[in-house]
Amino acid sequence: MSSPSQQFTEQAEVLTHDLRHRDIVQTALRKYEVVRDKSRGAFQDYRSARQAAAETKWEAVNHLDKYLEQLTKNLEARGTKVHWATTGEQAREIILGIIREKKARSIVKSKAMTSEEIHLNHALEHEGFEVVESDLGEFIVQLRKEAPYHIVFPAMHLTRGDIKELFNRELKSTSSDNPEELTMVARRVLRQKYIHADIGFTGANFAIAETGMVSITENEGNARLTAALPKTMITLLGIEKVLPRLEDLALFLPLLATSGTGQALTCYNTMYGGPRQPGETDGPEEWHVVLLDNRRTELLADPEQRDALHCIRCGACLNVCPIFRNVGGHTYGTTYSGPIGSVITPHLRGLQDWKHLSFSSSLCGACSETCPVKIDLAHHLLQNRRNASEQKPSFWWQTGFRMFSFIFNRPALYKLIGPLGRIGQKLHPLVKGTKLDPAYSWTKTREAPKIAPQTFKEYWRNRS
Amino acid sequence: MTEREKIFARIREALTVQAPLPGHHGETGHRPASNGAPSAHAREWLPPTGDSFEDQLARFRANAADLKATFYLANNRDELAKLLLELRDVEGWKKVASHGGELTDAACKTLALPVCRTDQPFDASELEACDAGITECDALVAQTGSVLVTNRSAGGRALSVLPPHHVVIARRDQLLRDLPAAFELLKKKYAANYPSMISFITGPSRTGDIERILVLGAHGPKKLTIFCV
Repeated sequence: MSSPSQQFTEQAEVLTHDLRHRDIVQTALRKYEVVRDKSRGAFQDYRSARQAAAETKWEAVNHLDKYLEQLTKNLEARGTKVHWATTGEQAREIILGIIREKKARSIVKSKAMTSEEIHLNHALEHEGFEVVESDLGEFIVQLRKEAPYHIVFPAMHLTRGDIKELFNRELKSTSSDNPEELTMVARRVLRQKYIHADIGFTGANFAIAETGMVSITENEGNARLTAALPKTMITLLGIEKVLPRLEDLALFLPLLATSGTGQALTCYNTMYGGPRQPGETDGPEEWHVVLLDNRRTELLADPEQRDALHCIRCGACLNVCPIFRNVGGHTYGTTYSGPIGSVITPHLRGLQDWKHLSFSSSLCGACSETCPVKIDLAHHLLQNRRNASEQKPSFWWQTGFRMFSFIFNRPALYKLIGPLGRIGQKLHPLVKGTKLDPAYSWTKTREAPKIAPQTFKEYWRNRS
Repeated sequence: MTEREKIFARIREALTVQAPLPGHHGETGHRPASNGAPSAHAREWLPPTGDSFEDQLARFRANAADLKATFYLANNRDELAKLLLELRDVEGWKKVASHGGELTDAACKTLALPVCRTDQPFDASELEACDAGITECDALVAQTGSVLVTNRSAGGRALSVLPPHHVVIARRDQLLRDLPAAFELLKKKYAANYPSMISFITGPSRTGDIERILVLGAHGPKKLTIFCV
């Protein structure tokens, strides 16, 4: 088994040369950019809105204990059962426990990145339960037995033709490749699942401490149905999702929509405050909220990068990232890809195994600039690089820099570099493009710059 | 020590070290006022709505059109009844679903069709087979073209999302200017005992998951019709 770093390099090499993939992704993202800019432009003062969002998240994350206590108290007051999981395994056990206790067979899920994080579907299927993803994009990647390609657009890498073939094969559908017809195929299949599922499973976008609510943002209505029809509802959310006040949503809902999909507001923004209450005629009889740590507290313990917990998972940084746009979402091999994934994965899954993601960056800063809650992503990538090399210095890097300082501190040696370089460049064509070429990793795709005919020192000495 | 206590212990330990205030990335001069919640001034930053009822109505109408929702302003109850009957005939409704309420009761009477009531125990398959779900709402939001419903004001959780056509009947005085006003209303109306579901519905159900091409009616209603009287 090759390391995550090797896998990343190999996959990236393949995908950067895959013109079809590039075309699909660029087309999708260009459409996104147009609507995103329009929605941002509609704000009276987008910059202040963004700053206020960053400050609100800062307040919540830096008083996380206080707001989580408030959230739990208010959730429990309305009859919601709150569970706590330090690890993904614990979260899976809690969820399996509820499902077994209810003697449930089938589970309908609305989109939840936290469930990807803990590999929930795999665990549920392993136990013999029927799990159906109801978000269209997630439904498609589930049929393909793939991880979501993107945290907001799970099937962004597929064309309508790919999806038609998939539906024909897996669902015996005879639909054309018209997106509307394809969507209706999924609608028909899933409608019956909502009505007959024993358990509805959801993620969450925000949790409101003040009122004890969970807010779910979606376009399709699948989360609304998931939270309306099954008898038992389970919601899995990261502990960092909490916001202090209900009215904070007046800011966060439009910011999430604008950055996430370019809409002014997504179609359904729903706040759930409990299971079915006395006098209500539908909704789940029981609601379980599972709060997941899964090393978020480790990120919290790093004040320098604590703001990475402000993330509202809008995917804006993925969409603008030149690396993501070239190598694609699956290449990362992580639950969260793109700049935010490169920043947090080393904290969640180990710095040395995942540091390569922080090196795979052009440091252009587009991610920091686009983030609606002002996470300083580009600097966090640099900090990960620094932390990784402090923790485990690389022999070759160190040797390289030692040689550099040795030569540059000795004028006599330094003087030899120019002439040697010129000789070297003359000999270079003999090995160029072969594995013997010392600059192979550069010259395989680019021309090496030509060394000047004389050094500055030589020029200065010879000037007339 | 329970998991909850362990997680809280880790959080408190982590927070003993201060984090720097959120960065400005070199920008300055647009900090929100530091008194109260940072989001308290959201109205000044969000998209403009206009101050008069006419401005806000025009804004709602334009947003609804962009969202591919249908919006009718009826001058009186008789006109509303006429519009409802037209819609019933054009769409060929055989059965509708609704809940008890001043406006919905009148609408059901006008329509003279079998009604599945969701404010008493009902069968989900029966609701699914209805041609339209007719509900009242808590508010219309001009800024975003949204309909604010709760399971208390709009006949439960499923009625506004399971039938293929969601028909909302609102009163003129329910039109609010923006999202901050909607949250103010929720607090004023419900703070003592919130409904277990509050939803901003912004247009008919949609998806862009296939090549980012808009398709209406992904899982929820394919059509959203809003009557304001």
